[in-house]
Amino acid sequence: MRNIFLFIRRYFTLLAFVLLQVFSLWMLFNFNKLHHAAFLGVANEVTGSINTQVDKLDDYFHQGEENKRVHHMNDSLLNVLRTNFSFPDTAQHSVVDSVTVDSALAIRRYLWRDAKVVYNTVNAEKNYLQINRGAKYGIRDNMAVLNSDGAVVGQVVNVSPNFSQVMSLLHVQSSVSASLKRTGDAGKVEWDGKDPRILLLKGISKSVELKVGDTVLTSKYSYNYPPDRMIGRVVAIGSDPASGFYLLKVRPSVNFSNVQQVFVVENLQRDEQLQLDSDTEKKLDQQKKPKR
Amino acid sequence: MSDLVKNIFRLAIFILIQVYVLNRIPHLHRYVVPYLYFLFILWLPFSITRIGLLLIGFVTGLTLDYFTLTPGLHAAACVLIAYARPFIINVLIPKDTTEFNYREPSPSGMGWAPYSVYVLILTLLHHAYLILLEWIQFGTFLNFIIKVGATTGISLLLIFTAELLFPRRLKFRTNTA
Repeated sequence: MRNIFLFIRRYFTLLAFVLLQVFSLWMLFNFNKLHHAAFLGVANEVTGSINTQVDKLDDYFHQGEENKRVHHMNDSLLNVLRTNFSFPDTAQHSVVDSVTVDSALAIRRYLWRDAKVVYNTVNAEKNYLQINRGAKYGIRDNMAVLNSDGAVVGQVVNVSPNFSQVMSLLHVQSSVSASLKRTGDAGKVEWDGKDPRILLLKGISKSVELKVGDTVLTSKYSYNYPPDRMIGRVVAIGSDPASGFYLLKVRPSVNFSNVQQVFVVENLQRDEQLQLDSDTEKKLDQQKKPKR
Repeated sequence: MSDLVKNIFRLAIFILIQVYVLNRIPHLHRYVVPYLYFLFILWLPFSITRIGLLLIGFVTGLTLDYFTLTPGLHAAACVLIAYARPFIINVLIPKDTTEFNYREPSPSGMGWAPYSVYVLILTLLHHAYLILLEWIQFGTFLNFIIKVGATTGISLLLIFTAELLFPRRLKFRTNTA
């Protein structure tokens, strides 16, 4: 027993060193898998409040560009207003619908919330944004984040009461299902950690005819992202020798270095879709079992 | 100003510069990531115990980690250099002058050559470990080598710029303090 204590006293520094290393590495690898870490909620609040202060200053440098973008967006929305159209056909006249329940039964699928980016990097291999909305505002994990143009920025990975962390498309673990606008073929948009101006689109079969400049949109089948939102444009066509698929370089339509105002989009039916998925799996499993 | 207060200020300034200036400058190149914050650990006074150094290193790294959302990554690297620091100082500073007459590592106290070696070794150690941890998760070996080289280069540039811009006045240790 005495020897143990002597040993501990003798190598106390080394033991402390090893202990701290193990703790750091445990945090690191745990975070990479689950995006959760000790004290992250509290730390998020603290960094968030400091980031907000710094961001107030930073705003002045980007306000003009952001303003222009919002103005364009407003312009496109104003153009679809009903008052812009005349209905010269005399047989057509507007009727006030007296039925209180919408008989077409439109169900809201996506709910948009506004948010402001308070911290953002593009230099790392794992880039995150921090936004000034959190759980109190209804933000949850896996919600989509779009910029003021409606182009894809990333996906919420962690939420604290007043702030959330967003995994940007510029993250080596990010993978977004996407489709080509012209042909409709689906693939995945990823990033290799090299150039923040280039994303990669994988999984498009070689049989598809492509052109440089083709638009890449979010896929209709994604649970997290609203469909047909702009991701970017194809700038170079290459092939992946390993898989026989195309390896397309895509220029993102978001300028990640000055993302300011964003929308957080919630898929209100996501839980239902996931539930259905797991139920189907369970059902098929159960059907298989008796046969074995 | 006491050492404690001074070092708390230093930590805050180093972290803020790292987070809001160096991490946010426009993308230079994928191999070039400017790091400066760990200079805080290099500048700590000699009088801190080794356990103290380890804990300070851990806290420094973790503070940055919570900003960049890489919990544990910089903490691990900082703990490593905090552990290695006393050994390197022992090697570089001649034993004959048993009492150092200055309080913290600085070029004017140690002389430029030993100080440069001290900075170079710890910088290299910090970056190699940091990038190794990144590399385990992702990347290739060639990436690793080039990135360690390039990142060390830019860090050294930043450190020596900092030394020249903000020369720390030598404070001699006296019995009165």
